[in-house]
Amino acid sequence: MFEIPSNLTEANEFIQRLPFSKALNMRVEEIGECRAVMTVPYDLQLIGNPSTGIIDGGVVTALMDTCGGLAVLIHPEVNPPMATLNLKVDYMRPANTGQQITAEAECYNVTRTVAFVRVMAFDEDRKRSVATALATYTLN
Amino acid sequence: MSKSGTVNSKKQILHKQAFEGIPYLKLLGIRLDFVNDELTVVLPFSEQIIGNPDLPAIHGGATASLLEITAKVTLCLKILSTDPLCETKSTTLGEQDLELPKTISFYVDYLRSGKPLDSFARATVYRMGRRYASVQVEAWQDDRSRMFAQGTGHFLLI
Repeated sequence: MFEIPSNLTEANEFIQRLPFSKALNMRVEEIGECRAVMTVPYDLQLIGNPSTGIIDGGVVTALMDTCGGLAVLIHPEVNPPMATLNLKVDYMRPANTGQQITAEAECYNVTRTVAFVRVMAFDEDRKRSVATALATYTLN
Repeated sequence: MSKSGTVNSKKQILHKQAFEGIPYLKLLGIRLDFVNDELTVVLPFSEQIIGNPDLPAIHGGATASLLEITAKVTLCLKILSTDPLCETKSTTLGEQDLELPKTISFYVDYLRSGKPLDSFARATVYRMGRRYASVQVEAWQDDRSRMFAQGTGHFLLI
């Protein structure tokens, strides 16, 4: 499962093999050396607050976790397997109804056993982020 | 009647229906189980919540969602039970009326991988002021004494 994707098509194939990522319709938009950008389109099934139509925070968290994991996986010094050790999300504002969520993750440090990641999430208003997260992943 | 055989109060049945009707909870198949006044939130295992098909293991995002939902629902029920003005409202509660607390921050500690089994979570509200609340959640699977994830959240009360 942990074959390291080397291009966008492979990264999307990898994400599609994860049932939960597939269920939320996650897509990889960009990959760099230790950077990944992923999206989740707005979907009525993902609503967490029926009176406002806002997507559940859990969806944003799931996207940030996955995007962070992908940024770790494509880091040149990382050897899989890997798993999330912890994740802390700060929610700045609710995502606008009807808009897709984008997460941008950067794996800014790796050691032999741990990878450190920061993630930002946006909706279509790119000036103000919806959420930020810090996460660590176990390696090997 | 809940799985444990406890007869739920009319209010609890309404709460169950209102929360379980939230689309994202429905998608995950999340259930509310009341035993007396204690709430356990259940995330039944399904193929779609897998994050690592090799092990297989539950996706960290699904685990995080369970924790955050449990914290929010527990807090919401506490607000409904402590505010006398909400008392009437809570007996006629529909999913459209749910005023859910807003998450400010949420921390998830993944203790071990989530096995392909049903997951359970229970939350404790440690502090509830006028504006902010602090909630802790723990999640387990087949062994109640072995948590597989825990979380802490701060919420904004409206």
